Amino acid sequence: MAQDLAQVETVMPAETERKGHAIPIAFAIMVGLLLIAPYFVYPQIVMQALCFALFACAFNLLIGYVGLLSFGHALFFGWASYVCAHLAKVGTVQLPYWLGSWKWLVIPMPPLPPELAILGGTAVAALFGLIAGALAIRRQGIYFAMITLALAQMMFFFALQAKFTGGEDGIQAVPRGWLFGTFDLSRPAVLYGTVLCIFLLGFLLIYRIIHSPFGEVLKAIRENEARAISLGYKTDRYKLVAFVLSAALAGLAGSTKALVVQLASLTDVNWHMSGEVVLMTLVGGLGTIFGPVAGAFIIIAMQNFLSALDQWVTVIQGVIFVIVVLLFRRGVVGEIAALLRIKL
Amino acid sequence: MFEIFGIPSQALFGQLLIGLINGSFYAVLSLGLAVIFGMLNIINFSHGAQYMMGAFCAFFLLQYLGLNYWAALVIAPIAVGIFGIVIERTMLQWLYKLDHLYGLLLTFGLALIIEGVFRNYFGASGLPYAVPESLRGGINLGFMFLPIYRAWVVCFSLVVCLLTWYMIERTKLGAYLRAATENPTIVRSFGVNVPRMITLTYGFGVGLAALAGVMAAPIYNVSPQMGADLIIVVFAVVVIGGMGSIMGAIVTGFGLGVIEGLTKVFFPEASNTVIFVIMAIVLLVRPAGLFGRRA
Repeated sequence: MAQDLAQVETVMPAETERKGHAIPIAFAIMVGLLLIAPYFVYPQIVMQALCFALFACAFNLLIGYVGLLSFGHALFFGWASYVCAHLAKVGTVQLPYWLGSWKWLVIPMPPLPPELAILGGTAVAALFGLIAGALAIRRQGIYFAMITLALAQMMFFFALQAKFTGGEDGIQAVPRGWLFGTFDLSRPAVLYGTVLCIFLLGFLLIYRIIHSPFGEVLKAIRENEARAISLGYKTDRYKLVAFVLSAALAGLAGSTKALVVQLASLTDVNWHMSGEVVLMTLVGGLGTIFGPVAGAFIIIAMQNFLSALDQWVTVIQGVIFVIVVLLFRRGVVGEIAALLRIKL
Repeated sequence: MFEIFGIPSQALFGQLLIGLINGSFYAVLSLGLAVIFGMLNIINFSHGAQYMMGAFCAFFLLQYLGLNYWAALVIAPIAVGIFGIVIERTMLQWLYKLDHLYGLLLTFGLALIIEGVFRNYFGASGLPYAVPESLRGGINLGFMFLPIYRAWVVCFSLVVCLLTWYMIERTKLGAYLRAATENPTIVRSFGVNVPRMITLTYGFGVGLAALAGVMAAPIYNVSPQMGADLIIVVFAVVVIGGMGSIMGAIVTGFGLGVIEGLTKVFFPEASNTVIFVIMAIVLLVRPAGLFGRRA
């Protein structure tokens, strides 16, 4: 224990000293790259990567800053994607309720404009996050991962059986519509701008959360939950709020993805998707702000370049998992940051 | 033929038997997970993949070497166990000093690799594995028809579980194991080779998974995906039972299998999800799990 303390004390001043301008510069570089990217790469791929980048950032908020490994984030991503696609395409909502026997509460609605559809998807993800989070935070560490995985699998089966999800076909040909009634999302440039804005807003929100007093408490919980409790923090409440925020942002990413790809399918709620977002974050660097973004772009690029190797992609992903865990636990951005002795 | 709660007894007992069989696999697999977690502090995500490897091992032995089910029952767990030992020596041993989560991530990666490789060579559809000659046929119990092989699976799993329990809770070796789980440093200072014990424990746990795989081969087809979905259910079983107690893992495994089987009779739509729902309820009522100790 004494050794731990000594380490902390030598590390702390160095970190505050080197705060500098690294993050604003890196942010400017990232935005610059994203603005010119569609001129060099097929914009559809960049937009997909942006959605996954936001998803990975949301996931990283939990694993990187609270130390909670959620292995079921596809639940929020996939269900938000379904809800958004349904609201944009059909609108009318049917909710089952129990009154002696199962009945349907029908809320007739026209197909909603994209902003409301995205909002709806995000809200549902936040609600699921509240329920799943309240259950999962009752156990620590490794159990937390298993519980989130199991809950996500349960909701996968619901998605498989529910009628509105279209089963194996998914919800296809989702209309993109007019954002705020003025921006035509079927125009690629407008869509790209919208997706980029959503991503940047989510990214900045996460940055703000991490660097707020609330974020500091989260980091305290990650480092030593018992000590945080002894300091009087209701750590469960903090963990739950972080979980809901992360789920909502994952839902925002999933909703946006439904409009970009115009498809919501079982792939998005499957546990493979949960694994993929873990991989993206791990490759980029756990607990770094830019890591998940870099990781998402690396993995999406890999999937596109290696699409000829189709069936080997899972194997390659597995190999990357093993290599990163054994050799590069800091991830790409983490390694760069360590090399330049800055915080990214 | 008679009826119980309006359900023909044939259907009820048939599903009950299927439930017991699923329960045997849950029990053997969660037992392996619990043993591995106890010693290595790692959740073995590749447990499902190793279960699948056991089934494929039995398939290969029959197909290419002409070795029958009984030989596979011995050889497959040993072969897959050795595979596990190699993995422990080359990869897992470097992670013990790190956060538990890295063990989960590494074994998840391994599961992706193993399942991906098998899927590429053998396709997604299942390969048939015949029920061994001596266990074919069935007995008519009057209220139901009992296939001998299925009865054998339930009984044999029960024996395997109880033997494992006896070994860990009642023998000298088990005492060393439990002591090393509590405090490896002190056990080492008594001259016990703890690292080797850890390696063998992993091999044993993986071997248990392979054994379940061999038993499953004649019931379900041998397919690369057979372990992937099962392992998530087994995780839920482990959360419900808690990994603190060996007997707890066995009882929870069989119990949940039976409940799942009954759900198939009375409320078929929920049969896929009932175990997860039970998990949620248990988390609300007894957060530490039915047999768990508060960490």
